Amino acid sequence: MFGLDNKDTRMLLVVAVLTLCAPFILNPFPTDSAMAQFNAGYPDLMQRFVIFGIFAVGFNILFGLTGYLSFGHAAFLGVGSYSAVWMFKLLSMNVVPAILLSVVISGLFALVIGFVSLRRSGIYFSILTLAFAQMSFNLAYSVLTPITNGETGLQLTLDDPRILGVSATADGSIPVTSLFGLEMRSTFEMVVGPWAFQFNAGYYLCALILLAAFYLSIRIFRSPFGMMLRAVKSNQQRMNYTGLNTKPYTLAAFVISGMYAGLAGGLMASMDPLAGAERMQWTASGEVVLMTILGGAGTLIGPVLGAGFIKYFENIFSKINDNVLHSWFSFMPDGIEDFVVFIIHPFIGKGWHLTLGILFMLVVVFLPGGLVEGGQRIAKWAKKRKGKDSATPGKTTPAE
Amino acid sequence: MDAILLQILNGLDKGSAYALIALGLTLIFGTLGVVNFAHGALFMIGAFCAVTVQRLLSLSYELVDETQKDFLGNPLKVKTPYVESWFGPEMGGAIIDWAVPIAILFAIPIMIGVGYVMERGLIKHFYKRPHADQILVTFGLAIVLQEVIKYFYGANPIQTPSPQALSGVANVGALFGMDIVYPVWRIVYFFFSVVIIGGIFSFLQFTTFGMVVRAGMADRETVGLLGINIDRRFTIMFGIAAAVAGLAGVMYTPINSPNYHMGMDFLVLSFVVVVVGGMGSLPGAVLAGFLLGILESFASMNEIKSILPGIDQIIIYVVAIIILLTRPRGLMGRKGVMEE
Repeated sequence: MFGLDNKDTRMLLVVAVLTLCAPFILNPFPTDSAMAQFNAGYPDLMQRFVIFGIFAVGFNILFGLTGYLSFGHAAFLGVGSYSAVWMFKLLSMNVVPAILLSVVISGLFALVIGFVSLRRSGIYFSILTLAFAQMSFNLAYSVLTPITNGETGLQLTLDDPRILGVSATADGSIPVTSLFGLEMRSTFEMVVGPWAFQFNAGYYLCALILLAAFYLSIRIFRSPFGMMLRAVKSNQQRMNYTGLNTKPYTLAAFVISGMYAGLAGGLMASMDPLAGAERMQWTASGEVVLMTILGGAGTLIGPVLGAGFIKYFENIFSKINDNVLHSWFSFMPDGIEDFVVFIIHPFIGKGWHLTLGILFMLVVVFLPGGLVEGGQRIAKWAKKRKGKDSATPGKTTPAE
Repeated sequence: MDAILLQILNGLDKGSAYALIALGLTLIFGTLGVVNFAHGALFMIGAFCAVTVQRLLSLSYELVDETQKDFLGNPLKVKTPYVESWFGPEMGGAIIDWAVPIAILFAIPIMIGVGYVMERGLIKHFYKRPHADQILVTFGLAIVLQEVIKYFYGANPIQTPSPQALSGVANVGALFGMDIVYPVWRIVYFFFSVVIIGGIFSFLQFTTFGMVVRAGMADRETVGLLGINIDRRFTIMFGIAAAVAGLAGVMYTPINSPNYHMGMDFLVLSFVVVVVGGMGSLPGAVLAGFLLGILESFASMNEIKSILPGIDQIIIYVVAIIILLTRPRGLMGRKGVMEE
């Protein structure tokens, strides 16, 4: 289907089902049950899942294929957000031009930064991208205040000179973002017995764009261009010796992944029309690195999984508090219960980052392929147990 | 002229912090070939050593003093630090006052221990893995260390004053017949860092241990073939590098109240410093540290800011980008070290 082989089509369908049915899948617990706090099916969080999914998929095109580790990708996300908000301020509240502009602007931005940074590789490339991102962050925070509104962040106001559309609605409030009249925040709530499922217009827009982005990334992975990028990763020197100039390929990959980041930024601003400099800080760049590695760099579905995983646990873990823990472990004798809660306490609530850091380190140390590799290992193990006689030939690795 | 001298002084104290952290980073890179993203966290741990020592020294017990009454007529509770009851009020007060310098004594063994455990426990397993993996795992470690500190000390900056005697200002310009007033502690910091840097260099230059380490930096394999346990020495060097970062942190606390993410803030800049100085070059790291510190403080002069607004925010990065593109090896990089 769509020029994909069976395996990729299946993967695309899995992602499609996961994203389109997310309001059901993420809401497994009835609204008034004790487990309701683990429901993640509310629009705000679901939007973040798919937006960061797009971001990570784009990052993976650069890091997963070419091996160039960029520590400044959040800059493109920030640029995308700013340009989208400006489009809302100046042109119209329709999200289409905003998203288009954010992709174009961040693409241009990535072209310039990539052109300079890609003259070096390895750690120098990481430092160069980091330097560029920090530069953009510092500028957005200080001198560029007329454009970025500094610390406060760029927001819509009641007197924006909007060309198409009004600067304030009839009842004197700021108009909301929409897709040709369909308001992004409009949510349809379906109540089935004790469950309440929310279907949000903005979420579905993001989800469709994620599917398109994911499809595009599959095509890139399977194309001759993708092969070339992989060749750059495995041995750039050999590529140079064969008389091939790798620069245009890596630059193209860099720009594409920058545009993905800009798309994510534009969507973020479309869902909630504000943009702040902190989106460009290097910790934000670090986050997308974490997502991609945790899910599995270089695999197709890994980044999406990683983004979902981190965003889910970020929201859910930080909601667990001591009372919840006490209610979970109430079956234990009192002393042991307190002790268990005491042990777990640092890892939950505000300590979520500690858990994330430990998890991330474990993944890098023991599971360099991320969650995807973990899944594959489990599958292999299960297969081995099923039929020990049908020995599969071992994977061969090409000689360096 | 006064203004220029003042900016140089300003640059020197920031530059000393950069130089110390960059020196440690380069030591680790030059010996073990590991890119350590957790080095900023070591700087932060050092700073929190100072906080801990100060808290320990001012631990006190409460006594109900019947002779003194508060305004309600109840007996007043008087807090006396244990140190004061042991050494008498004057001596004890002085010890508490000098908590930050005293913390140096505690920080050295702690930091060497932390560095040793880090190297043996984690980084040892990453020698053969690509640099990207090293960056990632140390980045994860930095997050973990940072969160552990946050768990114990909270998220707010903790004030850690310098000793009374060194907390005032001095007229540095008097030597040159000018009038420049500058905080004493910052001058102390500068001289402290000069001592540390000098110590490290002479340790490497004039001791047998240092000679072996330098030989190992040049050609690890051959030194190993000569029957020298070079790994052990490199581990010790890692501990020393950690101690240098920690000491930089201890002494920095009175200048900037430590909080849990101070390490990350410094780390990014220190990496830029290392790259500008040249990967694996110790003099390069020190030179680039001071140079960038001074450049940064000059860029924040109002006269320059009025010509190029915002230059103070980005000067270091601009310099780094220019250096990386024009002199790929950095200012004093050695040939063949990480040119790719």
